[in-house]
Amino acid sequence: MKKVISGNYAAAYAAKHARVEVVAAYPITPQTSIIEKISEFIANGEVENLQYVPVESEHSAMAACIGASATGARAFTATSAQGLALMHEMLHWASGARLPIVMVDVNRAMAPPWSVWDDQTDSLAQRDTGWLQFYAENNQEVYDGVLMAFKIAEHKKVNLPVMVIESAFILSHTYDVVDMPPQEEIDEFLPPREPLYTLTDFDNPIAVGALGTPSDYYEFRYKIAKAMENAKEVIKEVGKEFGERFGRDYSKMIEFYKTEDADFVFMGMGSLMGTVKEAVDLLRKEGYKVGAAKVRWFRPFPREELYELAKNVQGIAVLDRNFSFGQEGILFNEAKGVLYNTDAKPVMKNYIVGLGGRDFTVKDVKVIADNMKAIIEKGELDREIEWYGLKR
Amino acid sequence: MEIPENVKKRLSLPAEEYFYAGHTACQGCAAALGLRYVLKAYKNKVIFTIPACCSTIIAGPWPYSTFGAPLFHTAFETTGAVIGGIEAALKAKGYKVKGEDGIMVVGWAGDGGTADIGLQALSGFLERGHDGLYIMYDNEAYMNTGIQRSSSTPQGAWTTNTPGGKKHFLEQRPKKKVIDIVIAHKIPYAATASVAYPEDFMRKLKKAQETPGPSFIQLFAPCPTGWRSPTDKSIELAKLAVQTAYFPLFEYENGKYKINMPSPNKEPKPLEEFLKLQGRFKYMNKEDMEILQEWVLREWDELKKKAEMFK
Ligand SMILES: Cc1ncc(C[n+]2csc(CCOP(=O)(O)OP(=O)(O)O)c2C)c(N)n1
Ligand code: SF4
Repeated sequence: MKKVISGNYAAAYAAKHARVEVVAAYPITPQTSIIEKISEFIANGEVENLQYVPVESEHSAMAACIGASATGARAFTATSAQGLALMHEMLHWASGARLPIVMVDVNRAMAPPWSVWDDQTDSLAQRDTGWLQFYAENNQEVYDGVLMAFKIAEHKKVNLPVMVIESAFILSHTYDVVDMPPQEEIDEFLPPREPLYTLTDFDNPIAVGALGTPSDYYEFRYKIAKAMENAKEVIKEVGKEFGERFGRDYSKMIEFYKTEDADFVFMGMGSLMGTVKEAVDLLRKEGYKVGAAKVRWFRPFPREELYELAKNVQGIAVLDRNFSFGQEGILFNEAKGVLYNTDAKPVMKNYIVGLGGRDFTVKDVKVIADNMKAIIEKGELDREIEWYGLKR
Repeated sequence: MEIPENVKKRLSLPAEEYFYAGHTACQGCAAALGLRYVLKAYKNKVIFTIPACCSTIIAGPWPYSTFGAPLFHTAFETTGAVIGGIEAALKAKGYKVKGEDGIMVVGWAGDGGTADIGLQALSGFLERGHDGLYIMYDNEAYMNTGIQRSSSTPQGAWTTNTPGGKKHFLEQRPKKKVIDIVIAHKIPYAATASVAYPEDFMRKLKKAQETPGPSFIQLFAPCPTGWRSPTDKSIELAKLAVQTAYFPLFEYENGKYKINMPSPNKEPKPLEEFLKLQGRFKYMNKEDMEILQEWVLREWDELKKKAEMFK
């Protein structure tokens, strides 16, 4: 079934089609229409056995999802910016207790000053919480991402929570065609959850999250690290299966767009890569040999795929709609780190773009392309980090 | 060990134990005793949630647990939210919650995790009407982090961040009446209880099981370590707290207050009997003691009036 819906509705439909059992959530712009839509499904009798818990804060939303997931239910929530920051402590709790919760984060800039517009710093600030992170480029990817997220999260080699990330307004409130498979086919792809453990086994009661002494804590952490590594294989398998079943292939953690013969590529995440791909088409017509590398999964980080790309290009322009103060763009920082001990040494430059919803257009990509071209020709970086389009 | 029939008959509490040996509470810890009674009341048809507090430690480190029931350890301020989530999941999965043959969902948190950092989540739990029980075990300070004041610490008490001394920096504010805040949510069942009166406590636990909706019990739980009291005086202290009306036993049920015996029938015992057994009150001067005694009698009077008015 094809429907013209917003990114937020795509998220809500995906949660419904994933047959989530508990939704605990708290409103925040621009996330709110996700939980409103889910409430409508309940009000209209379109879902069975879905418990909706209208909690009093995001901190409690995540805590309630954790309680529900530990009890064996498929749990879902959604938030943005300040809400995500408030959840921070509980994000560790979810991954530490190995609970496959799925959450949609609608990327929104952090205050102050108040801003409701797009910016990836909120989700990237959570990168060390043990959550997998999937960045969607468009509404279809939001929908597909949520369905895949549950399957990956609940895979017995993973058992970790997953964040599906979409951008404020650019996706959350913009309508686009989303293709949704029939429920029976989704059920086949995503059967009911088989929990690793539950709190309802009264004959063999377990205690979760007890004190971990120095003789054990270290190994607990290692197991999460291992599960994150395992997740790479699972992501590829599930992405491939998704492609075979529904025609949209996600078997690569980085989507390579016209990179085979490219001199240099633009790398980034989320909706801004839609703009970039369009710009690549136009630039190619003008004779630029450019491509795009869209990082779909930021956690686990696709080290191997990035290395393959870097071996074959002369330059990478990393576009970061985020910034780590005192350092550089977060994707740039990670990508450079991966390549340090390899033979691949393309020129890398960090462009900070579009923070807090500032427009980022095809024209901007062209300006960046010219700058990159000059750098490669000269064989010399003008500067490593550029706040592109700054007013002063 | 099999208990002989003639002994069984004399026991008014269930003989089965689900709180096992090997827990790591201090000697004389009333919180540990409280846990034992809750487990006796609900056998193993109970899911526990415990936030950061002494009970985290009492329950035992990984891979051990002294509980014969499932237990989820959670973050300090989340008890109300986590038990809400557990209840929602049980319902989504079709389990029976509460009632004679249902699963009891129990949050067990200290006074700090309830009256302070966890108050918001507690309020959410109560207001949304989840079928669960929240037990606040009240040892009147943050014991797990080394005896700091909570908003449930009584006026005049020594703690490590309200120390006595030349400048007289003891706790300056009266004990927060958490149960009044709870009752303001108009929930079906709230009660105070004491480890010194286990039958009364067990009866209240049963009541909480039978009453649909959220229930709340504030359990008075002396802490010899934090109160600087002899380890063999915990029960005596818990009794004196009731007899002096410092911590009267009562129930709030469907809008009605009921004072439970053995709360004082006429005049409460002088508060001094309760205070003098504890090192935490030794810095109090005469005036401090009078302030606290007055507060106790005023609160007691108010409770009696409520019991009269909402009979
Ligand atoms: C967010 C957060 N802040 C602080 C702490 C540290 N902490 C752990 S237990 C505790 C005090 C617990 O006091 P209470 O709830 O009264 O229980 P008790 O220790 O007295 O049993 C504190 C402050 C924490 N775990 N989490
Ligand atoms: S410090 Fe107090 S509450 Fe904590 S275990 Fe010891 S006696 Fe019990």
